[in-house]
Amino acid sequence: MGLAKRIIPCLDVDAGRVVKGVQFVDIRDAGDPVEIARRYDEQGADELTFLDITASSDQRATMVHVVEQVAGEVFIPLTVGGGIREVADIRRMLNAGADKVGINTAAVFNPEFVKEAAERFGSQCIVVAIDAKQVSGSGEPKRWEIFTHGGRKPTGIDAVEWAQRMVAYGAGEILLTSMDRDGTRDGFDLELTRAVSAAVDVPVIASGGVGNLEHLAEGVTLGCADAVLAASIFHFGEYTVGEAKQYMAAQGIEVRL
Amino acid sequence: MASIAIIDYGMGNLHSIAKALEHVAGKTRVIVSSEHAEILAADRVVFPGVGAIRDCIDELKKTGLDDVVRQVAADRPLLCVCLGLQALLDESEENQGTHCLGIVPGKAVHFRKELKDPDSGARLKIPHMGWNQVQQLHVHPMWRDIPNGSRFYFVHSYYAVPANADDIAATTPYGADFASVLAHDNVFAAQFHPEKSQHAGLQLLENFVGWNGEP
Repeated sequence: MGLAKRIIPCLDVDAGRVVKGVQFVDIRDAGDPVEIARRYDEQGADELTFLDITASSDQRATMVHVVEQVAGEVFIPLTVGGGIREVADIRRMLNAGADKVGINTAAVFNPEFVKEAAERFGSQCIVVAIDAKQVSGSGEPKRWEIFTHGGRKPTGIDAVEWAQRMVAYGAGEILLTSMDRDGTRDGFDLELTRAVSAAVDVPVIASGGVGNLEHLAEGVTLGCADAVLAASIFHFGEYTVGEAKQYMAAQGIEVRL
Repeated sequence: MASIAIIDYGMGNLHSIAKALEHVAGKTRVIVSSEHAEILAADRVVFPGVGAIRDCIDELKKTGLDDVVRQVAADRPLLCVCLGLQALLDESEENQGTHCLGIVPGKAVHFRKELKDPDSGARLKIPHMGWNQVQQLHVHPMWRDIPNGSRFYFVHSYYAVPANADDIAATTPYGADFASVLAHDNVFAAQFHPEKSQHAGLQLLENFVGWNGEP
C-alpha cells in the first residue's frame, strides 16, 4: 500500500466551454466547465486539468472566472495550462485558485522562464507540458521531438532530453502528450511514456490517446506513468472516473477509491 | 464571533486554504492576515506554507511573524500545513541547512535518492506527489469522522523527523513510514494539504473549526 496512481480528467476550454478536438481539429462541445468539474469531483477524480486552448487575451479573463468558480467548490488539486507566458499569468491563475500551472510553448522559447517560475512560486506548482511526436522511422531506434502550437510546429528538440532539462530547471511534474496519439483513442504512446518516466525523478502524467479503460491501466503498468490524463472518454459519458478507478484497482493498481 | 486567522507571510497562495475553511467554517469568520494584532485576536490560527524553507523562515523573521507563530503555538489551537509543519522544527536539511523555529524538537530531511517501494521494488518519484494513506497512531479530536488510513493529498520532498516519537500523530508509507502528522498539545501539523484532500480534508478542517486545543 502507498501512494495512489492518479486519474486526471482534462477539460479543454474554449470561450468558456469544454470542447474536445480530434488531433486538434474537429472540435465538439462537451459542456459547462464548472458543471463538468463538479461531476468529476463527485466521481472521485484525483485532480483536474484545465487547458485554455484558445488562449487569446480576451478569453483569459473567462478562464480566470472558470477557475475561481471551480476552486470555490471543488477541493482537489487544479492545474491550468494554455497561454501561460509570464510570471503575471502564473500569479493570476494561482490567485484565482489554481494549484499548479502548465507551461508549454513559453518553456520552449524561453527555458529560463521555468527556472524563474519555480524559484518564485516553488516547483510544486510548475508543470511543464511536453507535446511530443515520433520522428524516427521504422527500424530506427525510437526518437521523439517536441512540437509547439498545438502540435503544429516542430522544434528539433529531443523530448527525453527536454524533460530532463526542464526538471533540472525546476519543473515539479511533467505532463507528457503524444501528438501522434492525441484524439485517436488508440491508447497512450507507451514507449514514449516509459522513456520519459525513466529519465526523470519527478512524476510523469501520461496523456494523449485514451479510448478505453485498459489504456488507462496500461499507462501505469506498461508506461510507468505516475498519473493518467484523459478527456473524451469521460466527457461523453462512456465511463465515469469511478469506473476507471475500479478497473485499475482490479488490475492491481493502487488508486484512491 | 469566533474567528480563524490564516497567517499571510508572503509565501504562496492562500486562496485554496481560505476557500476550504470558509466552506466548513459555518459562523466562524475566516481571515487571511499579516497583521500581528489581528492574528493574535483570532481564536484559532492556521500556519500554511509552500516553497522553500529558507525563504519561509526569512519572511517570518522579516515580518516578525515568527514570534506570532511562537505565541499562538503556546496558547491556542494551531493548524500547520506542509511547509508550516517543517518550519516548526529545529532545523531543515533544505537550502544547505536552515534553522527553523524550534517549536517542536526535530528536523526535516530529504527523501533519499533512489527511493524504492519496499514491497514491489518500484522506483519512487520525488517529490512525493499525490494521494497517500495516513495511519492515525492514536485517538485525537482532529481525527473525528475520518476513517483510519484515509488518503490525503501530498506534495513535498522533505519530511519531518521529530525528536520525540510521542509527537507523531500519523504516519504515511513512502519508501518507509514517515511522520505525516505531528501533534503536540494545542498544535496539529499536517504534511499533506487538507484544503486539497476532498472529503477527508474538509472533515479535518471542520474538526479544526470545532477543536478546543485539547489533545
